[in-house]
Amino acid sequence: MRTNPKERNAEERIKNFNEVCFGYDEKEAVEESSRCIQCKNPLCVKGCPVNINIPGFIKAIKEGRFGDSARIMENNTNLAAVCGRVCPQESQCEGKCILGIKGEPVNIGKLERFASEYERNIIIEKPKQKNKKIAIIGSGPAGLTCAADLAKLGYKVTIFEALHKPGGVLMYGIPEFRLPRHIIDEEISNIKKLGVEIKTNVIIGKTISFEELKETFDAIFISVGAGLPYFLNVEGENLQGVYSSNEFLTRVNLMNAKEFPKYKTPIKRAKNCVVVGGGNVAMDSARAARRLGSEVTIVYRRSEKEMPARIEEIKHAKEEGIKFELLTNPVKIVGEKKVNGIECAMMELGEPDSSGRRKPITIPNSNFIIDCDQVIVAIGQGPNPLLVKKLNLKTEEGVLIVDENQQTSDPKVFAAGDITSGASTVIKAMGDAKKAAAAIDKFLNN
Amino acid sequence: MFKIISKKKLGDNLFEMKIEAPLVAKAARSGQFIILRIDERGERIPLTIADSDGSTITVVFLVTGFTTEQLSKLEKGELITDFVGPLGNPSEIENFGTVVLVGGGCGVAPVYPQARDLKKAGNKVIIIAGFRNKDLVFWEEKMKEVCDELIITTDDGSYGRKGFAAQALKEIIDTEKVDRVIIIGPPIMMKFTSIVTKEKNIPTIVSINSIMVDGIGMCGACRVTVDGKTRFACVDGPEFDAHKVDFDGLMNRNSTYTDEEKIVKEAKHKVCY
Repeated sequence: MRTNPKERNAEERIKNFNEVCFGYDEKEAVEESSRCIQCKNPLCVKGCPVNINIPGFIKAIKEGRFGDSARIMENNTNLAAVCGRVCPQESQCEGKCILGIKGEPVNIGKLERFASEYERNIIIEKPKQKNKKIAIIGSGPAGLTCAADLAKLGYKVTIFEALHKPGGVLMYGIPEFRLPRHIIDEEISNIKKLGVEIKTNVIIGKTISFEELKETFDAIFISVGAGLPYFLNVEGENLQGVYSSNEFLTRVNLMNAKEFPKYKTPIKRAKNCVVVGGGNVAMDSARAARRLGSEVTIVYRRSEKEMPARIEEIKHAKEEGIKFELLTNPVKIVGEKKVNGIECAMMELGEPDSSGRRKPITIPNSNFIIDCDQVIVAIGQGPNPLLVKKLNLKTEEGVLIVDENQQTSDPKVFAAGDITSGASTVIKAMGDAKKAAAAIDKFLNN
Repeated sequence: MFKIISKKKLGDNLFEMKIEAPLVAKAARSGQFIILRIDERGERIPLTIADSDGSTITVVFLVTGFTTEQLSKLEKGELITDFVGPLGNPSEIENFGTVVLVGGGCGVAPVYPQARDLKKAGNKVIIIAGFRNKDLVFWEEKMKEVCDELIITTDDGSYGRKGFAAQALKEIIDTEKVDRVIIIGPPIMMKFTSIVTKEKNIPTIVSINSIMVDGIGMCGACRVTVDGKTRFACVDGPEFDAHKVDFDGLMNRNSTYTDEEKIVKEAKHKVCY
């Protein structure tokens, strides 16, 4: 039987932003790690975008060598405490676990989180310094990963961050109940210990030109992340009370509006909030709104099966009393100055579309109105337009084109994360950033 | 941290502040803005750049909410935690012919660098600076240096011409050929002033001051409807074709947090810092 760590009960957790999952204690972790059958050909590793030696670190936990297990992970990731919490394990490592065929897979994610608790004590030897400088633009998961890997190789790495705090989407996007802020702070401080310098409040392309950067540094890594949110393009979208998920979460997370007026950034605490979308960001927005005291309804145009959110997030959202209006598509936001409702049409599923998911089709004359005083639109976002638009690099719809080594059309410039793939996952960005770090090392040695 | 180099009270609730930010100052162009956050608990607010030299940025602001009030209480030598920019697209500077720049209230300040650059580019530059009353008039001498003609209006007639800047603008376009008009001020003033140039189809630009959070093309808070489409002031603007901006929508969105402004002000008196 799979052991799952204890969680705060839903009634208590909707009152604050404390982390939902307590994580394993030692006994539970050892117990769960004993379920791993140590496959000769471990498929879980293949399912991991950064190829963590999963059987290796699990074996170390089983044998009570917790520090070792952290060190084993450290070979492949600098953000284990983050990955253990936010990776979609069910479609990666755990999705490939042999035990999952007949029963339940090993709880790899929670074991990773457990082992990461021991990583703070890892003393990293400073490598021999190389006489090459690398600039990294953006301090999200891709930027931090690439920076750490290059610093470990002895390069002098400077990260430029446009916001006032490093961390990118980890800081502005993912709420504390999923990823406590002290975890991000610790991970970033570990990366700084490697000698990485982080300059906040610097916007490359604005504060310092990209050309100047190219002259000063030997290689450049672009990881500027996601950009402008998509909207529904329906009437009423600019009314008071309509937020993009990016804005809502940035206010709550980065700006700490949940503690308004102690913190000065305001946020509307709605009576009834409707969140549009079915991904992790929609779940995060819905659960954050719930914690601000709102009754929350998620509106999604397909069925639950097609929802891109992690299963755990959907489960948590339901436990927290969030309603799901599935096969429902907004057609209009109603209100004069402020939102007072959202008009939706009922949908049915047709043939699979290009994404492989069954395409939603509107059922005629099925419109109805959900009363609400807040709408959060969480239907995705494009790549960040600020820097890349102006560069002489090959792009497609604002996304940088990179080769298999994450190299752009300029040999000196590499990129990864949402700026290369459109909105994707933290771990995919990290995997690509690792590839880029290796390629930058190779490039600078040629 | 960013140091306040000087602070001047220009009028009732109106302040000029020079902040040391060498990287921003070096890169700043007219029409752009900065975002600042006073301290760890502060909100990020955008302010249009009113002037810059090799190492400092000058902003002029009216106390309208909590953060501008807090900012107005800081003195020379004190530090601001975060200061980032320059943001937004620079103004288009070329030889258009005759350009009229209309500033309203503290919006007169960002008119200055544009006028300077347009003058340098060979334009005939006319500035109309509109204020509520005599006590709020600022930068008169400074403005004169960068234009061919400076017209000051006050709503109550206590200084310069009596009336709104829009009236002065109408008189000019009725008597001479104007190739471009730039209007910077409160949304209501920009709305009514830009109506004046619409009939004659004079290209008219406004600088939008919408609610912002990150200001770097990520959150979408600053969206404004231009020509029926949603645009983002931080990356598409802040300057837009005045005749295509939905000012009513902008004013509506800008009033979103009126209640919260009251809450934060009341809380300030209870909490000790």
